Amino acid sequence: MFHALVGIKQVPDTTNIRIDPETGNLIRQGVPTILNPYDAHAVAAAVEWKRKLGGKVTVISMGPPATVASIRECIEMGADEGVLISARQFSGADTLATSYVLAETIRAIHQKDPIDLVLFGKQAIDGDTAQVGPGVCVRLDMPLVTYAIKIREINLEERYVVTERKTERWNEVIKTPLPTLLTCEKDIAEIPFASLPDLIYSLGYEPQVWSAESPVMFEVEHIGLKGSPTMVSKVTTPEKHTQGEVIRTADAGLEQAVKSALDKVKASGVLSAMIGEAK
Amino acid sequence: MTRRFWVFIEQEEGKIHPVSWELLGVARRLAGEIKEELEKTQEQAVVEGVLIGHGVDALANEAIQYGADRVYVVDDPIYEHYLNKPYYSAVVSLVKKHQPEVMLIGATTLGRDLAGSVATSLGTGLTADCTQLQMGEAKGGTKKLLLATRPAFGGNVIATIVCRNHLPQMASVRPRVFTMPAADPNARGEIVRETVAVVESTVNAQILEFIRNGASSVKVEYADVIISGGRGLGGPAGFKLLQELADELGGVVGASRPCVDAGWITYDHQVGQTGKTVRPKLYIAAGISGAIQHKVGMQDADFILAINRDPHAPIFEIATVGIVGDLFDIIPAMLKEIRALKAEKTQPAGQVGGENVQETASPTMQADGIAK
Repeated sequence: MFHALVGIKQVPDTTNIRIDPETGNLIRQGVPTILNPYDAHAVAAAVEWKRKLGGKVTVISMGPPATVASIRECIEMGADEGVLISARQFSGADTLATSYVLAETIRAIHQKDPIDLVLFGKQAIDGDTAQVGPGVCVRLDMPLVTYAIKIREINLEERYVVTERKTERWNEVIKTPLPTLLTCEKDIAEIPFASLPDLIYSLGYEPQVWSAESPVMFEVEHIGLKGSPTMVSKVTTPEKHTQGEVIRTADAGLEQAVKSALDKVKASGVLSAMIGEAK
Repeated sequence: MTRRFWVFIEQEEGKIHPVSWELLGVARRLAGEIKEELEKTQEQAVVEGVLIGHGVDALANEAIQYGADRVYVVDDPIYEHYLNKPYYSAVVSLVKKHQPEVMLIGATTLGRDLAGSVATSLGTGLTADCTQLQMGEAKGGTKKLLLATRPAFGGNVIATIVCRNHLPQMASVRPRVFTMPAADPNARGEIVRETVAVVESTVNAQILEFIRNGASSVKVEYADVIISGGRGLGGPAGFKLLQELADELGGVVGASRPCVDAGWITYDHQVGQTGKTVRPKLYIAAGISGAIQHKVGMQDADFILAINRDPHAPIFEIATVGIVGDLFDIIPAMLKEIRALKAEKTQPAGQVGGENVQETASPTMQADGIAK
């Protein structure tokens, strides 16, 4: 039996965030939250391999109670169980404190129900740090495979997984003993269409909710703000740039607009070797 | 006490990732920013590199030319190729031995894999993808801290992050966020060979195969000229037109996220918050509206030429010059004009024709190095 665990995060859809032009504050109201897109692909990969090998997929997340929506989305995709780690004490966690809570949760689940593969998205789109996966991995002392694009083979008898990962220079095919932790690119698996029974089941699904004390007694000095070595000391809005000249083809005519834009490029000298300086 | 500013020197197969040199430049500046403190305490600040690999001696000398006072070299066949645990174990043991105050790592695929592991192992703070780094006053009159500034929430806000009670203060920085320092061939420094006790027991992964295909070799972040396309291209075919212009100008093609998400072009081309940070001499944005997530990745270009049908597109707010109109008219007209200019240029001068793009110095050369 194959047991995969996927760590997920519910994130604000950063493409829809607006800033209050007067106060410079984030307008959180009405910003939709979504299941982090990379995590969705990680869940899809876990479910795909569960269907090949038989077994189950557990999803865990640390976050506010509303995270239930994202856990249900994973159940809809075919995950079997969800655990939400949620309490006020966890808030303000940076990546170090987050990796502590997730690692201890995984450890506790693993003791009852041994895990073969842990999957994370390669990064969350709100922070883009890509630090939590490697952090959890260090705490659990598992092999780490980041930027995974394809699981080629999982061998439960000989206890290994063969993964293809994409780096800036090349792709690597890497063999690691189970349990291994993968952080996944979107290529890892296509998001499946939910089956009707999964869809109906997910609507009423209630995940287990773990607090700061039970069933795992998390150490207070390692969670939330207290467990976070980094602190935000200042928040500002990005500087406004000064606007340059805008030429309209409708006014200047196509040829003239292009010519005068290119004259500006030439005058700045950025392409001197290519098209020469303006006279 | 010596206050140490560390840079992880990233190499693969004997080739340095240029972000390492960019970070040595930053570390030099940071060390200079605590000068007054040093005068009071009689301490000294040093910039040191950590270089791990096999047969990497020559690279240590290069690090000295780019600003390192000292380079710690860990050389063993086990480090021939990057593997997470052997590498982070080596870095962690060096940090414990020498106790640097600041540690900078490039936010590359290798650097991100490493940085999170090192920071967790040491229980210290790590700020990802910093866009500004500074040594600044901390409240309470203690030593200056590393003020690490980065975009958050998709670039909608800029947050400054400090790590008050833990060392080293770690930060990762994407390539091209900072400029490349000039190499000083006369610079002097010390190379220190380190041996790390752990080795074999740290190998928990085996690379079976390397797949090197040319397709993923686009190096948008080190290009001098980038012609980027957005949703306004309307489909994958539009990128052919941009490629034509890129070829004419010796540049590469970039893209905004929606085009990559739609599958019009591969992720290697993506510029912006979730893609690459670029600082070319010329950035042409064609049919890109200019969402904040895109702008944070390209606003440091020397010259931004924006082309968009919508006069209210936010890209015009940061453009050096903007053209409001249909890109499918404008780009062909530009091609025609540039070809005419080039023809004009080669005729009277005769010999200059052949040697166009190669006039830029080392950054481009470095980029060619990694683009294989």
